[in-house]
Amino acid sequence: MIPELGHFALALAVAIAVGQAALPLWGAYRRDARLIAAAPALAIGQFIALATAFGCLIWSSVTDDFSVRNIAENSHSLKPLLYKITGVWGDHEGSILLWCFILAICGAAVATFGRNLPSSLRARVIGVLGATACGFELFALLASNPFLRLWPPPIDGRDMNPLLQDPGLAFHPPILYIGYVGFAVPFAFAVAALLEGRIDAAWGRWVRPWTLGAWCCLTGGIALGSWWSYYILGWGGFWFWDPVENASLLPWLTGTALLHSAIVVEKREALKTWTVLLAIGTFSLSLSGTFLVRSGILNSVHSFANDPTRGVFILGLLALVIGGSLLLFAFRAPVLASSGLFAPISREGALVLNNILLCSIAAVVITGTMYPLFADLLFGQKISVGAPFFNATVLPLAVPVFGAMSIGPVLSWKRAALGPALIRLWWAALAALAVGLIASLRARALPALCFGASAWMIFGALAELVERIRLFRVPFRGSIARLAGLPRATYGAMLAHAGLGVTIAGIAGMSLAADTISLVKPGDAVQLAGYEFRLLDLRDGLGSNYTSRIADVRVSRDGREIATLSPSRRTFTTQTMTTTEAAIHTNGIRDLYVVLGDERDGAAVLRLHDNTFAPWIWFGALIMAAGGGLSLLDRRLRIGAPVRASRVLAAAE
Amino acid sequence: MNRRALLLAPLGVALLAGGGFWEMLAGMRKGTFNPRGVPSPLIGKRIPAFSLPGFSDTDLVTGKPLLVNFFASWCVPCVEEHPVLMDLKEQNIPVWGIAYKDKPAATDMFIARHGDPYFRLARDEPGRVAIDWGTTGVPETFLVDGQGIIRWHFALPLTPETVDEELMPLWRKVA
Repeated sequence: MIPELGHFALALAVAIAVGQAALPLWGAYRRDARLIAAAPALAIGQFIALATAFGCLIWSSVTDDFSVRNIAENSHSLKPLLYKITGVWGDHEGSILLWCFILAICGAAVATFGRNLPSSLRARVIGVLGATACGFELFALLASNPFLRLWPPPIDGRDMNPLLQDPGLAFHPPILYIGYVGFAVPFAFAVAALLEGRIDAAWGRWVRPWTLGAWCCLTGGIALGSWWSYYILGWGGFWFWDPVENASLLPWLTGTALLHSAIVVEKREALKTWTVLLAIGTFSLSLSGTFLVRSGILNSVHSFANDPTRGVFILGLLALVIGGSLLLFAFRAPVLASSGLFAPISREGALVLNNILLCSIAAVVITGTMYPLFADLLFGQKISVGAPFFNATVLPLAVPVFGAMSIGPVLSWKRAALGPALIRLWWAALAALAVGLIASLRARALPALCFGASAWMIFGALAELVERIRLFRVPFRGSIARLAGLPRATYGAMLAHAGLGVTIAGIAGMSLAADTISLVKPGDAVQLAGYEFRLLDLRDGLGSNYTSRIADVRVSRDGREIATLSPSRRTFTTQTMTTTEAAIHTNGIRDLYVVLGDERDGAAVLRLHDNTFAPWIWFGALIMAAGGGLSLLDRRLRIGAPVRASRVLAAAE
Repeated sequence: MNRRALLLAPLGVALLAGGGFWEMLAGMRKGTFNPRGVPSPLIGKRIPAFSLPGFSDTDLVTGKPLLVNFFASWCVPCVEEHPVLMDLKEQNIPVWGIAYKDKPAATDMFIARHGDPYFRLARDEPGRVAIDWGTTGVPETFLVDGQGIIRWHFALPLTPETVDEELMPLWRKVA
């Protein structure tokens, strides 16, 4: 009964989506106020229908309804409750439903928080979101329906891939999807602007918070995914330039560019055509990422439930969404005339540089990811493009980004002089140089350069703050007043820039990492980087749906005990699969990382890593996301704030 | 460059990419495009010449397609693969077995215990023929068409999924 209710709600959502696409768009075209006014209600109806469908699927999973095929294939009665809930989006059908649900949340959010948008713009945005949702919900309903029944129902489910039974991965898809799908809103704004034939500063101001929100989630999602592969795949690496990872990095790169070019639209009414193209491109890359992962085209450790037939359906959808919007762009973009002019050396100029470099990096990553596929298709050649290509091509483009990141924010709008700006950053430059030189004593040239760059970004952000509050140049009290008066968006930007610096330091630090593999008997010890790892015991453990083999390893330095680590190998009985659970001790600056390997004659293979600065990679990503979040809280971006303020003023008069 | 042409460029790029993906998907369905497969240098080439107790390369050119399966009684994945081979036999797909580095008595025991999926059986005790075929271990399976050309090489135990998704589309094409 409950699955049928969900099935019905999904079908209802499709019907509402058709209305949500057709009525507001037609209404906005005909300037029919009644149809325009229907838009928010339809978007909220859509949200309610999909929330019901999603809730029904979770209910079926939690109550172990194995007559539902999707749940029989991916769940098991012994699976912990957390994974019964999160397992709903652990497979193809459920994740597509989650995808649609998040899109519906976006539509409802535009309907709820977009009250101060011009009504025809809001109707068009909601209409475009409805059209997109319509396609993907049809896909969910027809080609990957999570509510299909199975007869006769099996006694128990087949269980979920044990690799996915992990708290880090449980919340990875929703956060990542909010990031991916969130870019649908800037996309809808871009298409709506093309339909309206008008973009102004207000458009830039409305688009920015949505872009920012999606960007924060995408940053968090990517970081979580990378953290997961760091501690569960047990290779000690964190980023493999795997096609699926690249598919998430691409929208992040263009999304970051969009974030910055939207500022130019807002402040200077320039770069309009480019910003619209970026908004379309970012969402297109998010969509294509989803498509490529699901079609089985990309060869990856991450791909699941892939099937060329579904691929054809999604490809058709992509052709409609991406092709349609780009066609509209080609014909309507000339209408969007830019008015702002600026000199190359200016804040706008720096933001343009940022856009060019970020998009170049994206282009390089696309090339590296797609080239093997197209080489195979066109020339029948099997080649693989791996980390060496990406490291060699991305770094030369990334270093100028790092360099410009600290200079850009201290330049003034319209026209600026580079000299005075650099003078203001003198101590940050000096600090970066010092850090780079110190690092070059231990690290190779490239990582040392990255350490210098990261110091440049962190101190550059600090220097910008010092500059803005005129520390030591006006009385201290004045500085404090300025500190309190700075807009949150400024703090957010500084924090995000410094966060990237922290991440880069973490990545550079991985080059200092040391590791060793050895066969150890209980009682024996291994030395690594000044630490002593002593294997105390090998024992068996029992989890709810797995058995495990656990090693207890005591880590000490100069005879002082630091921690006892318990890496394990888990064997999942239902799927007869083994996962390694690395044990990590972190003090915030370095990770001591132990993985338990095979056992032979009472001895166990232990792999030990000493990863200096590794935690900073994710710590920095968190800072970046927090910076984005802080910007989102800025008064100027707070949606509806201007309206409320003007109402208060009107009431006061 | 003309501004209009510049604005059409993103659409053009997207269409080209989309066309490419369309071709890949179509190829994946027909079995002519496999982004995952590690190619065997022997695909599209004639089977290497050999003569073993059981059959020789000329016997394999029958005018009809067949499968050649390298296996051994000592290989655990071969036991796992065995039911799939029995299914293929039921579907009247001839599987020619080559026992790799295996004592004849052990091979016979293996077949007696699990059932005989093989149309004909040859014995490669020294394992030289397997080297000519470019195998890296057992079990490995080849699809040889009626003219003795190798069409497909699978270097893992066959599973029902592989048979349905990879082998059968190709089989229908060459049959």
